[in-house]
Amino acid sequence: MKALALLATLVTGAILLLGTMDFAAWGDPNSPPNRHLSPYYIENTVRETHVPNLVTAIVADYRGYDTMFETVVIYCAGLVVVSVLRRTGQ
Amino acid sequence: MKLLQERAQDKAVGESLIIQMSVRFLTPFIQLFGLYIIAHGHYSPGGGFQGGVVLGSSFILLAIAFDLRTSLRRFSERANALWGNIGVLIYVGTGFVCALVGGLFLDYAALAAIIPIDPVEWRSLGVFIVEVGVGLTVMSIMASLYWDIGSGGSLEEGL
Repeated sequence: MKALALLATLVTGAILLLGTMDFAAWGDPNSPPNRHLSPYYIENTVRETHVPNLVTAIVADYRGYDTMFETVVIYCAGLVVVSVLRRTGQ
Repeated sequence: MKLLQERAQDKAVGESLIIQMSVRFLTPFIQLFGLYIIAHGHYSPGGGFQGGVVLGSSFILLAIAFDLRTSLRRFSERANALWGNIGVLIYVGTGFVCALVGGLFLDYAALAAIIPIDPVEWRSLGVFIVEVGVGLTVMSIMASLYWDIGSGGSLEEGL
């Protein structure tokens, strides 16, 4: 069983590593995100949202759906710890 | 001085008057700083997650310097759970309200239908509302994680 788990982990890891081969080079100015997405945010964020901090604007406004589930994940983690560990009475 | 010496002799092992006094002075400032990080996320690095962690750590600091009961007297488990739930509800509720008044889910500009100010200002305000929700949740979860793991779930004797 342990060998099977190790095999599954190794195969999944290898597939994930294979996936990183398609990534753009780190800091490459001609990669798609740097050509289309970053200039859009840099030029339009303050005009569209009046938030001077671009990171906050992207995290909470443009990517609000993602941040919502990050919060829910943290909430669920806390809920599980409380429901497993908390003992009352006795 | 004599009073201080007498008080110090009654302390259990590990309890230090110096640490307890400095924690007592520091805690309000730590909490104020946490609120500042949440509110100032618009202009500087920070936001709900970071500010919530600072707020939650102030209760953990109380629990470490004094004991778990002192920390729970300041901020009860019930209130803690309530704030955690309210935080998530603020975030999700904002999204649903946006959808109900005719915009997209989490499209804060649609909230201008409720309070008529500039939709661009609403997007800025919406970011703030959402960050407050995140901060409350993270604060509550940080504190309850320490309380429950540190005491094995009994909430009586901590680390």
